[in-house]
Amino acid sequence: MSRREKTWWIVAGVAILIYCLFPIAWIVSVSLKAPSDLTNGQFLPTNSTLVNYREILTGGSKDLFLPALRNSFGICLIATAISCLLAMFAAYAIARLDFPGKKLILSTALVVAIFPVISIVTPLFNVWRQIGLYDTWPGLIIPYLSLTLPISIWTMSAFFREIPWEMEQAAQVDGATTWQAFRKVIVPLAAPGVFTTAIIAFFIAWNDFIYGISLTSTDAARPVPAALGLFSGASQFENPTGPIAAAAVIVTIPVVVLVLLFQRRIVAGLTNGAVKG
Amino acid sequence: MASIEMRNIVKQYGDGFPAVNDVSLDIADGEFMILVGPSGCGKSTLLRMIVGLEDITSGDMVIGGKRVNDLAPRERNLSMVFQNYALYPHLTVFENIAFPLRLAKTPDDEVRRRVNEASDVLELKEHLERKPANLSGGQRQRVAMGRAIVRQAEAFLFDEPLSNLDAKLRGQMRTEISRLQRRLGITTVYVTHDQTEAMTLGDRVCVLRKGKIQQVASPRELYEQPVNLFVAGFIGSPPMNFLPASLEGGNRLSTPFGPIELDEKRAAAVRGKGDLLLVGIRPEYFEDATLVDDAKRPLGSIFRARVDVTEWLGDSQFAYIPYEAPDQLREQLRELSRELDSEELRTQAIVSIDSTSRIREGREAEFWLDSRKIHVFDPHSGENLTRDAQAGARLTEMANEDRLEQVEHAQSTGQTVGGFGDTGGGGTGGGGTTGGGTTGGATRAGAA
Repeated sequence: MSRREKTWWIVAGVAILIYCLFPIAWIVSVSLKAPSDLTNGQFLPTNSTLVNYREILTGGSKDLFLPALRNSFGICLIATAISCLLAMFAAYAIARLDFPGKKLILSTALVVAIFPVISIVTPLFNVWRQIGLYDTWPGLIIPYLSLTLPISIWTMSAFFREIPWEMEQAAQVDGATTWQAFRKVIVPLAAPGVFTTAIIAFFIAWNDFIYGISLTSTDAARPVPAALGLFSGASQFENPTGPIAAAAVIVTIPVVVLVLLFQRRIVAGLTNGAVKG
Repeated sequence: MASIEMRNIVKQYGDGFPAVNDVSLDIADGEFMILVGPSGCGKSTLLRMIVGLEDITSGDMVIGGKRVNDLAPRERNLSMVFQNYALYPHLTVFENIAFPLRLAKTPDDEVRRRVNEASDVLELKEHLERKPANLSGGQRQRVAMGRAIVRQAEAFLFDEPLSNLDAKLRGQMRTEISRLQRRLGITTVYVTHDQTEAMTLGDRVCVLRKGKIQQVASPRELYEQPVNLFVAGFIGSPPMNFLPASLEGGNRLSTPFGPIELDEKRAAAVRGKGDLLLVGIRPEYFEDATLVDDAKRPLGSIFRARVDVTEWLGDSQFAYIPYEAPDQLREQLRELSRELDSEELRTQAIVSIDSTSRIREGREAEFWLDSRKIHVFDPHSGENLTRDAQAGARLTEMANEDRLEQVEHAQSTGQTVGGFGDTGGGGTGGGGTTGGGTTGGATRAGAA
């Protein structure tokens, strides 16, 4: 790379970084401002204060935020786990077996993935109320599966297709049943794919707002994105900007932690050395 | 250990294409059988049917006296080395080799002992804790072999195991496989498209073409008494030369390289088989005429020809002599070479001459040709008209005797991999060389 090229890469990289990170920096900065400081006209707070965090974690908004956080974690983790497990079997079948209707399943999954959520929310709201799923955890987990399963099946079947057929055949010749071959050879090899899929599925569920706000009414099941919209200020004349920013920062943390934790597992290359180099 | 019998095996794919067509083959207990042929001849499919990875359309597959058509691969107790090794990248070398034992729920100390023995044999001792990704090609290949020999399988199956190695390593591993097979004395089926491997490794070689068996014989018989044009052209490197010829007046064949005198027996076999014949002459049946002993000279014929190119290789020398052939024959020869995975563009004879010969390219020179070992083929059917079936059978019989002697020798000198073939001093019972761990004793039949 020539010097000039290098400079351009650096300039472009920095520009993109600023473009992506500026809103986050702004939210962090707002979350650290005292209510009276919000309109100070500066990017940075005059005096950094944790008053907003105190407000949502121990103060008046505690009863709104903390249950929502718990709901979000519980619902998203369960939805992710179920979705990964189901997608693993489905993707394996799609990658390995030749069965009638394979194309149909894949395209149906795609259709479900691009189906506009907003158009299904109202009927779902009515059905859920009738059968008693409204404002419960399963009431959110089921629609979340419909969001996460299609993408999980697609990503994982791509990973499964990468694994050479011979690996499994070798295991079978070595004395493994189909199930043993799947569990002892295919799943460990597909682990990076499973982690990648799990993270994507978790984010999709974590970020959902429409189902969260429509299918819940109390803190029995309300997830964080819906709860954020219900914050109120200390008085009705005050905007809850600060607490919302603080809550936004807090809900971003698990996402960042997840990515950092699994970053190394996501990086492919585990199949190195399986077959001829 | 077991014999493998195939009776009228057919493999048809969905579109009705028969990849393997009516193959019947008996592989004796402890024999090293090679399946060879150009790409697409069905050799790998046949191997995969033996191991059970491919369904058998019709016919019987009998291993150790038991029909296995409907058994899953794991119930057949065979071990296989794949072309791309198929090592488990998430496991260490030790666990890779131990994998079949772990599946059979072998106790830990037994696993350790057997893996250590296998790694001793294959010199993998210092790599046991490494992952396959950190090994060289040859080491990976040995790990794949280790996984195959670690349990007492009925037979070893190899699917082009050396084709991913470079030439030098391939030669070393070839001798290593041969030695290992003799030591363990286990029935082995080995698929290759490399005829050097076929010739050096096999007790017998099975030549396949378009899913059909052409000839099953010892390497020597294949070389000296091929049944048809295909086998003759496939075995031998550089390949046999095919010259157009016609029989004129009694025992004399006229060819582009002058007349060749046939002995009475062969002349009789050739007579009345049409005007146009093909004479098959191996490169080494030629010689620079100036270097031939006077005693040998009358046994062949002498001709003059212009040399196109010479290749001097140090220990040997090849000369290329172009010749004219009728169009119809030329087309047929081209067809044959295409089928043999080569692309011969011109009709030329490849002639092996002594490396000290002073014959140079572009000059005319005098050659001597040994007419005792030539074969005459029918160009239409490809059949070898002068094949001596008795002589061929004798060669294969001799090879078989050699094999039995070698196996006996290997076993009597205690070369049978210390306690390897006999399940660790009879720990799991079962007389002699039966397998203990993997599938109980269900399929044992006549372990010789």
